[in-house]
Amino acid sequence: MSGPQGHGVSVRIGHCGKTFADGTHALEPASLDIARGETLVLLGPSGCGKTTMLRIIAGLEEPDEGGKVLFDGKDVTAIPIERRNVGMVFQSYALFPNMSVAENIGYGLRIRGIPATERAKRVAELVALTNITGLEHRRIDQLSGGQRQRVALARAVAIRPGILLLDEPLTALDAALRYRLRGELNRLLRALGITAIYVTHDQSEAMELGDRIVVMRKGAIAQIGSPREIYFEPKDRFVAEFIGAANIVEASLDDGHLILPGGRQAIAGGTSQPAVVAMIRPESIGIVDVEAAPLRGQVESVSFVGDRQRVVVVGASPKPLTVDAPNTIQVDAGDRVGLSIASKAVRLLPPEA
Amino acid sequence: MVLRLEEQGHHHLLSHRSFVGLCLLPLAAVTVAFFLLPMARLLVTGAEGPQGLAGYVSILAEPRYRATLINTVLLAAATTVVTLVVATIAGIFLQRHRFPGRAVLIAMLTFPLAFPGVVVGFMIILLAGRQGLIGDISSLLAGERLVFAYSIYGLFLGYLYFSIPRVILTIMAAVQKLDPGLEEAARSLGAGPWAVQRDVVLPALAPAFVASGAIVFATAMGAFGTAFTLATNIDVLPMLIYTEFTLAANFATSAALSVGLGLITWVILALARSFSGSAVAAAG
Amino acid sequence: MRDRLIFTGQFLFTLLVAAFLVVPTALSITAGVTTNYFRGIQSGLTLQWVAQVWDLYADTIGLSFLIAFATLAVTLLAGVPAAYALHVRGGQLSRLVEEIITLPIAIPGLALALALLLTYGGFGAFRRSWLFILAGHVVFTMPFMVRSVMAIFASVDIKTLDEGAASLGASPWRRFRDVIVPNAVPGILAGSLMVVTLSLGEFNLTWMLHTPLTKTLPIGLADSYASMRLEVASAYTLIFFIMIIPLLVAMQMFAERELTR
Repeated sequence: MSGPQGHGVSVRIGHCGKTFADGTHALEPASLDIARGETLVLLGPSGCGKTTMLRIIAGLEEPDEGGKVLFDGKDVTAIPIERRNVGMVFQSYALFPNMSVAENIGYGLRIRGIPATERAKRVAELVALTNITGLEHRRIDQLSGGQRQRVALARAVAIRPGILLLDEPLTALDAALRYRLRGELNRLLRALGITAIYVTHDQSEAMELGDRIVVMRKGAIAQIGSPREIYFEPKDRFVAEFIGAANIVEASLDDGHLILPGGRQAIAGGTSQPAVVAMIRPESIGIVDVEAAPLRGQVESVSFVGDRQRVVVVGASPKPLTVDAPNTIQVDAGDRVGLSIASKAVRLLPPEA
Repeated sequence: MVLRLEEQGHHHLLSHRSFVGLCLLPLAAVTVAFFLLPMARLLVTGAEGPQGLAGYVSILAEPRYRATLINTVLLAAATTVVTLVVATIAGIFLQRHRFPGRAVLIAMLTFPLAFPGVVVGFMIILLAGRQGLIGDISSLLAGERLVFAYSIYGLFLGYLYFSIPRVILTIMAAVQKLDPGLEEAARSLGAGPWAVQRDVVLPALAPAFVASGAIVFATAMGAFGTAFTLATNIDVLPMLIYTEFTLAANFATSAALSVGLGLITWVILALARSFSGSAVAAAG
Repeated sequence: MRDRLIFTGQFLFTLLVAAFLVVPTALSITAGVTTNYFRGIQSGLTLQWVAQVWDLYADTIGLSFLIAFATLAVTLLAGVPAAYALHVRGGQLSRLVEEIITLPIAIPGLALALALLLTYGGFGAFRRSWLFILAGHVVFTMPFMVRSVMAIFASVDIKTLDEGAASLGASPWRRFRDVIVPNAVPGILAGSLMVVTLSLGEFNLTWMLHTPLTKTLPIGLADSYASMRLEVASAYTLIFFIMIIPLLVAMQMFAERELTR
């Protein structure tokens, strides 16, 4: 993981909100610090304000009155994008159809008045780095989606930006390619060690790429934390359900145990409360022998998905529980089963507002 | 190696917003000077006759003007209906069938697209004028020369000549965009060829009908060149405006009539646009 | 059998429509090179009428081209930047501006000409020069240029390309030069063809705006239709066809390329 020894600028966003001309609040005033060399992921469903946040950092949108964007402590709020020295990869890539691959990559350098020979050297470096050797003289419409993505990345990195901004750069690609490029992108970001902000709605992308993840919802920040924190310690029901699969259990709490229709489930550090909301991840529930288990239910359905099987159990909790079971055990719909859940795997969530 | 912010670009004093504003400036100047100002002048002139603002009312009140207005609307409506029928039959046929000579036929049908009204008028004279082809044929067959170019029927034929190529192109484009799955679905449900046309094809073409129909109507209302070439005494609105202005020097009336004519064509096109959702423009 | 019948019926109908459009054109072309149209083609073929037209009306052809290209220059200089601004800016105001500049298409040329005459008729020098006609042609053709370019901007997502170039450090002017204009070329070309074709054939406005010293080709045509023998009028029309056909063919090719894209 890159620490303060990374490249690029540190970013501070102070109280940046965005209200559009038609009155919609795209972003509630938010503050955020991004360390030099850190990869920060803005994650959330569409319309959550993540792209607006990115565009404010880029200089493509102005924050509402009072909002500030600082690069390395220097106020850049009033500086337009063309003078912020940011590298940006757009969702649609925004490659110039009137220029070849090499011309696209070299455009930012040409703007900066870099001499042709030096420019060619830098372009060659990036072509090699992003694995697009041999495509330099192609037109943009002769490239595949994956190749376009690489050109867009090379072009953004070519100018040695202070910060790399990526707006859903893999969304336009099909699933298999997305998965492969995600790995490549991760290695590249680590190798460059540059400050990067990555916008996505895909939680597995966020997990793999982010040093930290900012989960956003309805124009506000729901939670900031490392991928592990976000996954294991979600702050509320929205984050719990948005990241991975989650069983949400509403029950009463008696002396450190959830009182459920199928039995009692111990939780860590619990007391007594009339109504709580708890989250249990499907993979932390084990299927065990029905006799000895403190919590029991009946299998409603079993879906085999290859690396595991997804078992839905009714009668244990007020709502059906989803269980990710190993693909080796044999259960069928109608079976009565016991459930084993470690007390640490049950996480209490704040009650709904 | 990170470039300093100050070193980039030479034009950074110009913000994007002011650049966009600057881009609009020449157009704004041209539009204000040669369109908005003159139009305002036209509106004012219309109310500067002996009757004042009532000059606008006289367009409808005066029997002569009213008769001309009705005449023009009827002519434009007839042109619209006939053009749509003719162009739809030909357009669907051409888009649906492939046969040798099809490209030539399409070229022949769309070639007169850029003919100005005056040339169209001349074409009608060659067809139905005193030395025209129709006259030759009719005198050969019936012993009597049929000459109608210089009447409202000649004008009607001229407007058809002018409109058919445009509408055929629009209909062909609309038919091409039609999802063949719709027709196949209708047939799978038991619809015969006529039912398919009536229930699927024609309704799907409705936006194209509205859009191109409005253009034909508006164009026929305001076209001047064809009428001018055929005769100066055909009783339609553009000719009335022209004679009021140049022969009678009746500036106020001709201005009021122009405003009325412009209003009608604009409303027709605006209505069609709000209905069909696409850009609609008159031609010629 | 029934399908065959329907096909034949539609085919004959379409053929008839085509004949209606093409026969007069053919008549006109023949008449233009026939010694005596009344006696028919057996009276012999000649170029004397074309030559006569050239003697009488060569200056109208020159003026038409001058006005067409001047119109093109103005619509390019004012229309292309405006199309960009309207596209990027968006919103109510842009739509209103677009609506206003499109109005001249919806308003008959006669009304527009009258408005110009009433406003600028008193400015003698301007009124008498070809620039007066130019003003009318510019107002009338401008919407075609702006729309044609705006259509391209919408199809290539120019806003994102603009942002892309900005993120690489390009100033507004450089973006316009390096990215916006090069990617608008198809729209600019299509719009240019349209503007030139419309200007060359414009009559409604021009008839009202012209003076005896500023006659364009369509004015000359109307003049010849009214006062010359049929052969001369036809020869003049023939010259007009020859001028306009390359433009038409180019436009057609453009339209087809758009369809197949």
